[in-house]
Amino acid sequence: MSSYTSPIREPLVQGNKSYHDITVDLVSPLEKPPSPGWIVGIILSVSLLLFGVFCIGWTVWNGIGTWNLNRTIGWGWDITNFVWWIGIGHAGTLISAILLLFRQKWRTGVNRAAEAMTIFAVICAALFPGIHVGRAWVVFYFFPYPNTRGPLWPNFNSPLLWDLFAISTYFTVSLLFWYTGLVPDFATVRDRAKGIRRKIYNILSFGWTGSAKHWQRFESLSLILAGIATPLVLSVHTIVSFDFATSVIPGWHTTIFPPYFVAGAIFSGFAMVLTLMIVTRKLFNLQQYITIGHIESMNKVILVTGTIVGVAYLTELFIAWYSGYVYEQFAFFNRAAGPYWWSYFGMMFCNVISPQIFWVRKYRRSIGVTFFVSIVINIGMWFERFVIIATTLARDYLPSSWSYYSPTWVEMGIFAGTIGIFFTLYLIFAKVAPVVAIAEVKMILKSSGDQYTGPNAIHHKKHSDHSHGITASSADREDIIRDNLGAGIPPANTGTEDVATSAATPVVTASVESDDLKKIEGIGPKIAEILNNGGIHTFVQLADSDPAFIKTLLEKAGPRYQMHDPGTWPEQAALARDGRWDELDDLQDRLDGGKYV
Amino acid sequence: MANTKDIIYGLYNDEEDLLDAVRAANADHLDIMDVYTPFPIHGLDPLLGLAESRLHIVGFIYGSLGTLTAFLGMTWIFTKDWPIIFGGKPHWSVPAFIPITFELTVLFAAIGMVVTYYIINGLGPGVVNPTIDLRITDDKFCLCFDKADVDVSKVESLLKRSGASEIHSKTI
Repeated sequence: MSSYTSPIREPLVQGNKSYHDITVDLVSPLEKPPSPGWIVGIILSVSLLLFGVFCIGWTVWNGIGTWNLNRTIGWGWDITNFVWWIGIGHAGTLISAILLLFRQKWRTGVNRAAEAMTIFAVICAALFPGIHVGRAWVVFYFFPYPNTRGPLWPNFNSPLLWDLFAISTYFTVSLLFWYTGLVPDFATVRDRAKGIRRKIYNILSFGWTGSAKHWQRFESLSLILAGIATPLVLSVHTIVSFDFATSVIPGWHTTIFPPYFVAGAIFSGFAMVLTLMIVTRKLFNLQQYITIGHIESMNKVILVTGTIVGVAYLTELFIAWYSGYVYEQFAFFNRAAGPYWWSYFGMMFCNVISPQIFWVRKYRRSIGVTFFVSIVINIGMWFERFVIIATTLARDYLPSSWSYYSPTWVEMGIFAGTIGIFFTLYLIFAKVAPVVAIAEVKMILKSSGDQYTGPNAIHHKKHSDHSHGITASSADREDIIRDNLGAGIPPANTGTEDVATSAATPVVTASVESDDLKKIEGIGPKIAEILNNGGIHTFVQLADSDPAFIKTLLEKAGPRYQMHDPGTWPEQAALARDGRWDELDDLQDRLDGGKYV
Repeated sequence: MANTKDIIYGLYNDEEDLLDAVRAANADHLDIMDVYTPFPIHGLDPLLGLAESRLHIVGFIYGSLGTLTAFLGMTWIFTKDWPIIFGGKPHWSVPAFIPITFELTVLFAAIGMVVTYYIINGLGPGVVNPTIDLRITDDKFCLCFDKADVDVSKVESLLKRSGASEIHSKTI
C-alpha cells in the first residue's frame, strides 16, 4: 500500500499486530462460548423485548386509546421514539459511506458495528409508525400497489409517504452495504470453523474465495454504494424533518429543520455508537482496534454536530423573535417557560452544554467521560424530539383545547421494548459476526499499524523493510502459545526479534529470561531495548525499579528519550507480573502515552 | 465448475512479495490463473491485466430505471389513473415528486448493483467454491497457476525465487 500517512497520525491498530493476529483477535470471540456478561445482557434485553411485544399486543388489541394521545396531542412518545431511533440510525451509514469517501481510515475500526447499529435502530424506528396508525394489520396500505380499492393510491405529495420511501430505502441500502462488507469476513470465520459451524458460515459467506477480480468488484461496489448512500443518509432525516416543517404548526414550520435534524441525527448516532463501542471493546477485548484515537475522532464529530445543533436552537429563537409572528414567538416562549420547561432545559443542557467538555483533549480521550457524556447526549436527543413534538402540540391555536400530555405505561413499555429489541439484535450480531471489519483492518495495517507509524514504529516506510519485518515476525509466530494466552495479548518476543535484527547494538534476549516489556504503555521497542541494556528484562524487575532510576537510563540513552515519563511503568509492570491483564487494560485505558492525564 | 483443474500455487506472507512475484510471472510470460488474498491489494489489478469493473455503469442504468419508474409511475397515477386534487395543487406537481424519485433511484441502483455483483461473481447463499487453502482468508497471499496452461517447472522455480513460503499442488 503506497498511500502516504503523516507520521504524527496516531496508529489505528496497536499491539504490533500481524495479519494473523488480527484474524485471531477478531474471530476468536465468536468461537468461544458466550461470556457471563453477554448472557446477562441477552436475558435483560430479551425480557425488555418480550415486555415490549406484550405492550404492542395490548395496543393492537385494545386500540390506541391505551395511549394518552388526544384530540390536541396526536403525536406523543410514539413519534418521539420514532425520530429518536431514526436519528440514532444515522451514524452507521455516515461512518461507512461519508468517511469512506473522505478516506478516513479510522472508520475501519467502528464501521461494522455502527452499520449493524443503524440497521437495528431503523427496525426499532419503523415499528412506531406501523403501530401508531392504529390498525396495524392493514399497514401495507402505506405502499402503492395496484389494489381493489379503486385502485386507490397513497398521496405522493405527502411528506409522510416520502418518509416511508426514505426509510425503506435507507434500511435496504444499509443492509446491503453491511452484508456485502460482511461476506469476506464470514469467509474468514468459515475457514477457521469446523463441522456444522463451517456449513453455516459457508452459507453466510456466499462461497467467498478472495479472488482478485472479486476484490476489485468488491471495492468498486463499496465505493459506488458509499457514493449513493451519502446523499441518501442526508435525505432521510431531511424528509423526517419535512414531516414537521411542511405543516402549519408554529414551532414546526421552519426552514432550518432539514439541516438541524441531520446534524442532530449524526450527533445522536455518534453518541449511541460511542456508548456501544465503549462496552463492546471492553467485552471483546478490542482496545487495540478501537483505540482511544478512534474515540477521540468520534468525540470531535460529536462536538461539531452538537454545536451545530446548539446554533440551530438559538437560530430558532432568534427567528421567532425577528419574524414578529406572535404564534411562533409564543411557541418558543412556551417551550422554555411553559409546562414542559424541564424538557427544554434538559435538552439545552444535554445537547449543547455537555458536549462542550470535548474541547479539552484530556476529556475527549477519557473513556469514563466519553461514556457518561454519550449517555447524556442520548437522553438529551430524546428530550429534543419530545420538546419539538409534545410541547408544541400541547399548546395549539385554541387555548380551550390546551392540555398536558404524559405517557401511559403502555407507551413507556413499547419504548422499553424497542430498547430490548435493539440490544437483543446487537448482542446476537456481536456473537455471530466479527464486530470489527477484518479485511478492512488488514488493509490499513501497513499504513496505520503501530509498528509502521507513530512513536513506536519499528519499520521504516521502505518496501524492503516492510516485507522483512512481517516475514520475520510471522515466520516466528507460535500460534498455539498465542491462543493459550488469549485474545488481545500479543505474542511474546515478536517485536524483540525485530529489534534484534534491526538494532545496531547487540541485544541479549535469547539467553536471559525476559518479558515483552512493550506491553507496558509508554514503552516501545527502542525503550524496551534501553531497559534491557540497563538490566531490566522482566516485569518483576521493572515493577521493583524506581522511576528515577529508569529516568536516568533514558537520559543516558540520548536526548530523544528525555521526554518519556516512566512514572507509571513500575505500577503497570506489577499488574503484568501478577497476570492481572484486565486491570492492566483498564489502567492503560486511563493512561495517555503511559502517563496519567 | 464441472471440470476439475490441476493447480499449482505459492503462498506468500506479504502482499509486497506477492506483487513482486506477479511482476516476475508476467516477465516470464506465465499465465496466472488467479490471485487469492485476504483483502484487496491495490496495484494488483493492472498487473493481472484486469479491466476496470463496469459495475458503475450497471449501477447508473439501474438508477435511471428507478428514476423513470418513480417519476413516470407517479405521473401516470396522478394525471391518468386516479387524479385527485390535494390542496388545490396541480395534478402533475413535479417538485413534490422529487423526494420519492430520488429514493427509488438510490434503491434501484443499490439492489441492482448488489444482485449483479453476486451473480457475476458466482457467489450466493449455498454456493460452495473449492477451497484452495484455508489460510487465504487469514494471512496468506496465494498466487495460483493452472498446470494445463503453464510449464510447471518454470512456475516452481518462479515461486521459489520470489520468496513463496509454501508451494503446493492440488486438484480442485
